[in-house]
Amino acid sequence: MIKKLLIVGLLAGVAFMFYGLLISYNGTETLTGLGSYYAQNGAREVGAANLVSSIVVTYRGLDTLGEVTILFLAAAIIGFVLKLKKDEVLEARPVRETSELLTSASQVIVPVIFLVGVYIFINGHLTPGGGFQGGAVIASGVLLMLLANPTMHISHNIVATIESISGIAFVAIGILGIVLAGGFLDNRLLPLGEFGTLLSAGAIPLIYIFIGLKVGAELSNIIGTISYNQNEKPN
Amino acid sequence: MFIAIAIILAIVSIAGAIMAIHHKKLSVAIIASGLVSLTASVMFLLLAAPDVALTEASIGSGLTTIIFFYALNKIRNNHD
Repeated sequence: MIKKLLIVGLLAGVAFMFYGLLISYNGTETLTGLGSYYAQNGAREVGAANLVSSIVVTYRGLDTLGEVTILFLAAAIIGFVLKLKKDEVLEARPVRETSELLTSASQVIVPVIFLVGVYIFINGHLTPGGGFQGGAVIASGVLLMLLANPTMHISHNIVATIESISGIAFVAIGILGIVLAGGFLDNRLLPLGEFGTLLSAGAIPLIYIFIGLKVGAELSNIIGTISYNQNEKPN
Repeated sequence: MFIAIAIILAIVSIAGAIMAIHHKKLSVAIIASGLVSLTASVMFLLLAAPDVALTEASIGSGLTTIIFFYALNKIRNNHD
């Protein structure tokens, strides 16, 4: 009874908070100060056709570095917690046979998924999407490979090498921005190029390639660790 | 038209969320929680945020659902 009352009270509190938000919402049609600055000067200063990319990578590049670090920490902690000792591993875990449809389809679709992921992060400064989205798409390709072939083992060395090289390159581009251009992660260390073409927006495509590889490697590593953890002996 | 689609999406989303909490079969509950992410992703697309929609579709309804299934498989193995 008391529990139910508490739940009702909590819901009423949440409703009260949202009511306050709803009352103060007046649906402004114009952008606020910072937003209008980005909208007016973003294309000229950064040169990316996708304004979201220019904010995520250049104006708020430090936040993106923080996000990538958080993802790296999450992958590291998952690897640490789910690590299996030698005597906990089953030699051959019982795997349900995958259907012919899944195995054949995955062989056709996985390369296409990887291509779409690479396309998304290479064109991150022109079309919607970017490093994170492309990396997640690549990781879902790895996931499909794992579903089609559950005993597949993802090489930890390759993933770790890709991940650390792209992480170092991301930070190195940021520091080069201090030396050659206006500040940390400034994209003008490369020429801005013609607006709307593939080789434009300075260092943004380069940074997005490294973010995409890093996120793809990290998410694939998480999936690989969790999948390998299924080999644990039941206790 | 826009509002009609948005309302349908919201109803499907809420139904999926309730199903994810209350359904007896855990596998159905996981699929239902993936459905919530999927409708949220379409909603982001309608609200002109394709970047967020891409993230939500690939991570929310793709990776998270499968990771839940891996966890479910593990729980079942430990209880047999």
